Amino acid sequence: MTSERNTDIEIRLLIEAIYLKYSYDFRNYSGASIKRRILHALRQFDCLTVSALQERVLHDPGMFMQLLQYLTIPVSEMFRDPGHYVALRNEVVPLLRTWPSIKVWIAGCSTGEEVYSMAILLREEGLLERTIIYATDINPHSLDKAKQGIYSMQSMREYAENYRLAGGRRDFAEYYTAAYGNAIMDSTLRDNVTFADHSLATDSVFSETQLVSCRNVLIYFNKALQDRALGLFHESLCHRGFLVLGSKESVDFSAYSERFESLVKPERIYRKS
Amino acid sequence: MKGVHAVVIGASAGGVTALFSVLGALPAGFAIPVICVLHLPDDRHSQLAEVLQRRLRRPVFEARDKQPLRAGQIYVAGPGYHLSVERDLTLSLSQEPPVHFSRPAIDYLFMSAADAYGAGLLGMLLTGANEDGAEGLAYIKQNGGRTVVQDPCDAQVALMPEAALALHQPDHILSLSGIERLLAALETSAC
Repeated sequence: MTSERNTDIEIRLLIEAIYLKYSYDFRNYSGASIKRRILHALRQFDCLTVSALQERVLHDPGMFMQLLQYLTIPVSEMFRDPGHYVALRNEVVPLLRTWPSIKVWIAGCSTGEEVYSMAILLREEGLLERTIIYATDINPHSLDKAKQGIYSMQSMREYAENYRLAGGRRDFAEYYTAAYGNAIMDSTLRDNVTFADHSLATDSVFSETQLVSCRNVLIYFNKALQDRALGLFHESLCHRGFLVLGSKESVDFSAYSERFESLVKPERIYRKS
Repeated sequence: MKGVHAVVIGASAGGVTALFSVLGALPAGFAIPVICVLHLPDDRHSQLAEVLQRRLRRPVFEARDKQPLRAGQIYVAGPGYHLSVERDLTLSLSQEPPVHFSRPAIDYLFMSAADAYGAGLLGMLLTGANEDGAEGLAYIKQNGGRTVVQDPCDAQVALMPEAALALHQPDHILSLSGIERLLAALETSAC
């Protein structure tokens, strides 16, 4: 039990050290998951204690970059939860059309799968040309991958099925070029995409938007940080703008439960009220 | 059994039937939260909570992110997400890779609940064809909590309880009816 208590103290110190040295703020992440990820990294880096890991991370920025890959969770797919995209097409797109120009913020875009999904959907609806997509994340490696838009052909086969179920109107293969077991996404899909480093924990709002998509990011935050992020989304969204969350996320337990109304409840699509 | 502030239950193959009888044995007006992970196919719409609720005739909730744990409530993990207990006694979901091919993983629920409840936790591992939960149950014991393993001879599939017994000596090895008796006699105190 003593060693367990030590581990918990060390984890707090490590997170504090990361914040002080690198300005990455994990202090309000959900404790259970961050603890598992740090202990997992510990084994990968062959450190006996979290304190030993902390020493290496403090003195070696390269080491921190490696640890960051464990602290963030790059789980993403294209057209994940196809029903969500069907609802976007049917319920949100007709209203989005009414704005002369559209700004979309994909917060926590990870390796870009959601960005390309959104761009494909907007192109098929004839809206991509007048849309700017801001794709933000805290992990520079993930952002690089997102910008490159190269995914394994194996995963593309799964995404093709998602795309079909999501109401896709074309042959999914039209959106990429296959080469050496990889798929290279059509680069014109990201003509209107701005990729940027942005932290929901420490940064502020940078633009007015009509739609914010933040899926499977808030579950890693504690309630205080969830409230902060929802506050940013609320501030960024224009009057009656749209907020879309992951399938197990909601505004229900947050300070913003009264400030967003459900548009499509099972798909977690909200409108600023 | 005194001083139990929460019960966590893990099961896999054969687990639905086992959960029916174990949860059915909870005394009326039990005053602690009960949290369960049953391995499920990774299908977005699980009916487990509804099925249990109908059968048990008491409310059963599919666990939601940031949901505060309440005394006398039963929570089950939904498919596709790990379920954890946070130290402020709320639930949280996450999508780290599967453990022993499972998401939700029993180990993650057990370990996080042991961190949150310490000696006040009772962990139970039932039937299953998977080693998930063994490490988590040992961790509960290590943190002062109490542990119960379903007797492998009584389990529909023995592998999960056997894996647990290979890792640590639990407080009780019981058949399902033994577990039912233990739960029925649970003297609980709200936390």
